[in-house]
Amino acid sequence: MYKYNDFDEGFVRARVAQFRGQVERRIDGSLTEDEFKPLRLMNGLYLQLHAYMLRVAVPYGTLNSAQMLQLALIADKWDKGYGHFTTRQNIQYNWPKLGDVPDMLEALADVGMHAIQTSGNTIRNVTADHFAGAASDEIEDPRPYAELLRQWSTDHPEFQFLPRKFKIAVTGAAEDRAVVRAHDIGLQIVRNDAGEVGFQVIIGGGLGRTPMVGKVLREFLPKADLLPYCEAIVSVYNLLGRRDNKYKARIKITVHENGLAKIQELVEERFVNIREDFSGHDQALLTEIEAAFVPPAFVKKPTDGYEAARLANPAFRSWTDTNLSGHKADGYAIVSISIKKHGATPGDATSEQMRVMADLAQKYGHNELRISHEQNVILPHVHKSDLAKVYAALREADLATANIGLASDIIACPGMDYCALATARSIPIAQEIATRFDELKIEHDIGQLKIKISGCINACGHHHVGHIGILGLDRAGVENYQITLGGDGTQTTTIGERAGPGFSADDIVPAIERLVTGYLDLRSDENETFLQTYRRLGMEPFKAILYPSEDKANAA
Amino acid sequence: MARIFTPKVVTANALLEGDAVWLTEDNTWTRNIAEAELITDEAHGDLRLLEAQARADEIAGAYLADARPGSSGPEPVHFREAFRTRGPSNYHHGKQAE
Repeated sequence: MYKYNDFDEGFVRARVAQFRGQVERRIDGSLTEDEFKPLRLMNGLYLQLHAYMLRVAVPYGTLNSAQMLQLALIADKWDKGYGHFTTRQNIQYNWPKLGDVPDMLEALADVGMHAIQTSGNTIRNVTADHFAGAASDEIEDPRPYAELLRQWSTDHPEFQFLPRKFKIAVTGAAEDRAVVRAHDIGLQIVRNDAGEVGFQVIIGGGLGRTPMVGKVLREFLPKADLLPYCEAIVSVYNLLGRRDNKYKARIKITVHENGLAKIQELVEERFVNIREDFSGHDQALLTEIEAAFVPPAFVKKPTDGYEAARLANPAFRSWTDTNLSGHKADGYAIVSISIKKHGATPGDATSEQMRVMADLAQKYGHNELRISHEQNVILPHVHKSDLAKVYAALREADLATANIGLASDIIACPGMDYCALATARSIPIAQEIATRFDELKIEHDIGQLKIKISGCINACGHHHVGHIGILGLDRAGVENYQITLGGDGTQTTTIGERAGPGFSADDIVPAIERLVTGYLDLRSDENETFLQTYRRLGMEPFKAILYPSEDKANAA
Repeated sequence: MARIFTPKVVTANALLEGDAVWLTEDNTWTRNIAEAELITDEAHGDLRLLEAQARADEIAGAYLADARPGSSGPEPVHFREAFRTRGPSNYHHGKQAE
């Protein structure tokens, strides 16, 4: 894992000291809220409905045990004993007091973490495939590039006041687990015909009020050109992006309005101009960073105990069926720990659970943890012979829910339970849907299904790319939930289509139940997923299930 | 015809804790909306908002929110404002726990 060098350490400490002074001046009244707001946002501090919220970056979703333990300590000492993992691989604390925030940032700096650029119109936390460095389908570990991008973008003087926020995601695998086509820049590590490794560069993707699938700007970018090329993109956007209208300011609109060809021309022109300024220093830095991401020393030992435990314990077997993924090293598995217990808040972990996960990572996981954009925690490197012990410990901590990728593994934004921008609540809807499917005991029959819920049009809950998306709105002073169908956040990214009129808070859960049980009758066989059935049949049969009375009226 | 003015309260977030507070008639901040001043005159509302915004070292983000008279004092009209009087629905945290 990357460890801060003296420069990183000095920079983060200096920023904490600077922010401490700013908080003091805000509290004594010498800074107004208007003056203070951009300063606190630069350090990840929001003011929400019931309290401040501190958003801490987990760069490319990677943590070690000591960092996870520190997140637990912060939750206990300055918050209410829990944290919320987000769709951008961050963790949010919902209840900090203004005066405590500098101490929280200091505690983060103690373990090489910060909250810098987790807000504001800057380049945000660079996200990556949560299976990076472990996945069996990976060309290269994308995290050294993500770390290089983090260092380049942190406090980059040219990019502190972009037209709007800017999000970059990187993946090294063909199967896109990082939603790269819904980012301002998506980087996919590819191999060209000559066998060289480089990047396919995708730009202009994004969800929000104008969802767009990213477009390929460059089919193949040599690895060494990563920083100058990204800098060219962001500087073209910085000049061309609209500042007159917040809703038209993201690069997806810039690309849409100017056309991909023009953006390509401008970026290539700019790239040629600035490329020589990157005189190899970036590559020297990359080499240093890569040394920090060498794979752990995987051990070779028998896995017989694992098979025996699977046979002996049906609950363990069920968990291994849903929560494990293929690992590149023989005898290893990737463990996804579900932070989606039925009826609980998606993405919320208590400090005690964080400590259990940190301990398991240390004992059985080569000291590594990941946060996924699907709001779960990953132990990327666990030997199969240790899985039964890991499972037993997770079960003790209420972390052994066997539902990864299933109907109750729901992404939900904080919604109007916390967020000042929300137009409706999302958490209770997620809780009720998960509880209902658990009562029905059908989610394993349903199979792969991604339900994603946002509490406003900004789409933090990724509803556009949910197989079933739910968008909470305020309709004449009442919460109302719109359904979209057929969304997909993988390498075949698709924006879901709106099914029809929205549902009230009381009617939305029965509507989802109707939709999913209706799908069971529509699928060609039990292997056809919800998304495949939708793609085969289109919207109409699902619409008929969702709006039965209307269907009858039309038929009459 | 003149537009009918919907009664309002001045509300904000407390500077240190960040939780919801409401302005009372005697110029204090209360954590109970029922103790807030119910403003029924538009010009008076604008003035009270200006006065609230000037108190930068006590609160942040003051605004006028719709309210209606209730049996024990002003009550929120919109569900967002109702949530602010209670706290989140997923945990017994915030005002409902105080």
